[in-house]
This record gives sequence, C-alpha cells and structure tokens, in this order.
Amino acid sequence: VGAPLPRREGRHGRAAPDPGVRAGLNAPFRTSAADAVARCFRAEFGRAVAILARGLGGDVDRAEEAVQDAYAVALDRWPRDGVPSTPAAWILTTAKRRAIDRLRREAALREKQSQLARELEEAVRDLPGEDEEMIPDERLGLVFACCHPALAVEAQVPLTLRLVGGLTVPEIARALLLPEATVKQRLVRAKKKVRLSGIPVAEPPPDALEDRLGVVLAVLYLVFNEGYAATGGDALVRDDVAAEAIRLTRVVHGLLPNEPEPAGLLALMLLHHARRDARAGADGELVLLEAQDRSRWDRGMIDEALPLVDQALTLRRPPGSYALQAAIAAVHAQAPRAAATDWRQIVLLYDELGRVLPTPVVRLNRAVAVAMADGPAAGLALIDALADGGALDDYHLLHAARADLLRRQDRMAEAAAAYARALELATNAAERRFLARRLEECG
Amino acid sequence: MAATGAATTQEVGMRYLLLIYGDESRFAQMSEAETQADMGQWFEYDAAIKAAGASPGGEALQPTATATSVRDDNGDPLVTDGPFAETREQLAGYYMLDVENLDEAIKWAHRCPAAKGGTVELRPIQEFEQG
Repeated sequence: VGAPLPRREGRHGRAAPDPGVRAGLNAPFRTSAADAVARCFRAEFGRAVAILARGLGGDVDRAEEAVQDAYAVALDRWPRDGVPSTPAAWILTTAKRRAIDRLRREAALREKQSQLARELEEAVRDLPGEDEEMIPDERLGLVFACCHPALAVEAQVPLTLRLVGGLTVPEIARALLLPEATVKQRLVRAKKKVRLSGIPVAEPPPDALEDRLGVVLAVLYLVFNEGYAATGGDALVRDDVAAEAIRLTRVVHGLLPNEPEPAGLLALMLLHHARRDARAGADGELVLLEAQDRSRWDRGMIDEALPLVDQALTLRRPPGSYALQAAIAAVHAQAPRAAATDWRQIVLLYDELGRVLPTPVVRLNRAVAVAMADGPAAGLALIDALADGGALDDYHLLHAARADLLRRQDRMAEAAAAYARALELATNAAERRFLARRLEECG
Repeated sequence: MAATGAATTQEVGMRYLLLIYGDESRFAQMSEAETQADMGQWFEYDAAIKAAGASPGGEALQPTATATSVRDDNGDPLVTDGPFAETREQLAGYYMLDVENLDEAIKWAHRCPAAKGGTVELRPIQEFEQG
C-alpha cells in the first residue's frame, strides 16, 4: 500500500472524509486513482473498524482484516468503475461481507465461527445501505480501546495509528522511526492483548472518562511531537506525522465537543503546526521563535485555533494543562512582533500551568518567561535555583536557556561553558548546529 | 481456537483470576489492632464482590514458608521446600472473577484491599472449546 500521507491538513468538517478525494479521482492529472483510494480509506478506516469490532464482540483483529480486504477490492474496482457515490457505506458493506465470508469459510470447520457470522450479520443488519449520514460513528470506543491503560505506550501509539488512523505498517514505521518488523510485532501483540484480556471497545463509564481521556490525549500528543521534534527523517514525513496527529485529535474533539482538553490539545497542535514553515531557515537551520518571520505563520490555522483556546479555557475551571499550554501558544500567535509579546500574561499562564502540571520543565519555561518580562537576571536566578535541584541536569534546554541569559548579561565565559554543556547533551542535528554556532559567538 | 473463543465469550462476559500479591513480612509485623482492621477490610470486600455477583469465590493462602514445590525427576517427584521463586511480593490469595470486561475487572482489582501497599494482577482465563 504505502501511499504518501496527506501533505496538508484539510480544514473541512470535523470527522468527515476529505471531499477533495472524490473530486480528485475525476482529475487524473491531480492524483493517481490509487492515491485517492488510499486517502479515502484512511479517512474512513477507523469508522469501519469500530463498527465491525463491535459486531465481532471486540475482535479488532478480524475487524481490521475485513476493512483491509475491502481496501484490496476497492484498489481493484474503483479505478475501473469509479468511486462509489457513498464510499463510506461501500467500504462498510464490503468489509462486512468479507468478514462474514471469512467466518463462513472457517465455519465449514467450526460451528463457532458461523455463530459469529450470524451475530455480525445481526449487529450490522440495520445499517443503512446508501445514506452515509446514517452510519453511526463508533470510533470513540475504538480510540479508548487502543489507548487502554492496560496496553503499554509502545503499543498504544502504533495501534491507534493503525486502527483509528488507518495508517499502514510502513507508514507507521516511518512516522515512529522504527523498523517495520518492530511495528508489525507490536501491533500483533497489542491486538492479541485487546482481544484476549477483554479490553472493551467502548467508551469508559463517566466516572473514568477524564482519566482515560488523559491517556488518549497523551498518545495523540506523543504522535504529534514525534512529527514536530523528530530527531531524524525528512521534513515532509515529519510534517505529515504532525498533520496526522491533528486529524486524529480533530476526530476525538468532534466526538467529545464539550470536553475541554481535546479542544485545548487540538488548539495547541494547530498553533505549533502553524509555525512549521518559519521554524527552519533557508539552509534548514533552526529559527527560534523570537527570530521567526511571522508572515510565514499559517494564519488559517491560528484563526481556527484561537476560538478553540477560549472554549478550552472556559469549559472547565481551573483549565487543564493542554488548554493552558494552548493559551500560552496563543499569546505568541497574537503578537505581531516578537518584541510585542505579552510576557507578563505568559508568566501568569505558567503560574497556573505549574499548579496543574508541577514539573521541572514547566518551571524552566516559566523562568524563561520571567527573564523576558523582568530581565535576564531575574530569570537566571530562577533557573539556577532549578539547576541546584538537579532534576534537569541532563536536559540540554536548561543549559541552553541558562547560556542565553548569561550571554544577554555579557557573561561570555560562563555562557560558553553552558552552551558547551548543552551541546554535549543535545541530539537533534538542527539544535546541535544552532548551539555550536552560539558557542562560537561566545568565544 | 482461543481466538474465536474470546470473541464470543466477551459478549457473555470474561473470567479472570485476580491474584493478590503482598509483602508477607509486613503482615507478620502488624499489631493486633492493625490485623483486626485489615481483616475487616477483607470481609467487607468479600461481601461486596459476592453480592455483586462478580466472583464465585476466592481464598487466602498460608505464607510462602508453608509452600512446597514439586517437579518430576525421571519419574520420581522432586520435592523442595519453599515457593517456585523468591520475590519481593508473595502470592497471598486469589479471587475468581466473572465480569463483563477488563474495565470491570480493574474496578474490582482497585477496590481490593491488597491494591494499597501490594499488587493485584489480573489474568484472563484461557477458555477452551468443549467437544
């Protein structure tokens, strides 16, 4: 399969398939038919798997197999016969038939499968044939199953990308910088655990929703960061991974529109992703936020994110950590120039974030904001206090931030030592080049 | 075999063995009053899990000092004193669970008095087809 991931995040309806896909098929010069089939399937994959998994008593493995079967049929037929007018219904019907066929074949050997075939037929009998609006969206249950805390995070991430996101094994391997065999093995183990350990393909009960949703959002944010700050791979793949994380977060937000944290996380991702073109210079060098060409920020994405930030901040008091991080990103997004940034507001938001998420990294970021609001000496005092605690001694950004504040106070020898320590610890190539350049300037 | 077994059993429910692990030396050091309070919690849990129809039963085990391990040695039983493995936490008891799914099993595991200070492990029962 191995079709390329979508390049740009479309800003269409929340969970709806990209309407451009269908238009694209009739325009052979814009995209190949196989590409269109692949994109349509990715958009509809999770929805079909979720419905079939329920019909199959939680057997996500069989459900995935059936949708994959339907994909093979579509690859064969659609380029020849054209895309059906209702692709989602076509996929579901075809996958359902394939699942029942497979079970019947096995039923020749085992009565049990035939029972299962009857159960599935029963479960999907009343599904609409043509009207796509009527197809139920059960992906939320699938998302919660894929991100069940009984699964290790190494399993949650590829399983979510595969079953909900519809990415292929090679695509997941590329996204996570893992060998394909490793991804395949993790998926096999994870699907087996879902099935055999009785992980329900269902929304958690209300009293568990917040905790379980936290796991789902952590998985999505991990996928996003994989794309945003990957240490290797080419830039296009990394952008695609981030766009994929945004697409899945959009699905979760669309399914739980009144929960604040999915809105907050979606806004946070959009605000970060809006800066993607400005983050790298012409030579691929890392460009810090303060030096970025703000005209290259994606205004459409920022405009979409800002109302989501308001929504996330007001749906629940006190706001959650994603809402607050999005609010901080929004302050940056709204500053016309770096010098016009409202750093006092950012310090206040970090104060609040520190109460929800009392981690050393949040304290470090707050210290940097204080340096911007009250001058480098005030920030440096906070960073030194943090460094004395020792928790971030191996974190290159602590030493980079320290070095920067020393440099701003003309303490070049101390700055050089801190840059050298940061360089020792940094692994990302672009960051290393940046730190090496700064170190040279201190000499 | 197990594949389709699990798929259909999920609709009628799942069976788990809830394994209770704890540090034996801690129990040994408990005062009379502490032991009383601990037992009270267990009786309460036992009553609740049975009233909910979530368990057909469970038992507490004597400490590992009473364990005997047996292996076959060329047709003869090779009998040794003590448990199969020395661990920080020891198997102290179990419940059978008969519940809808893993989420419900986790709920009972979390309510189990051993979850505080000890560890509760859930293992799905491997269902075999009959005939």
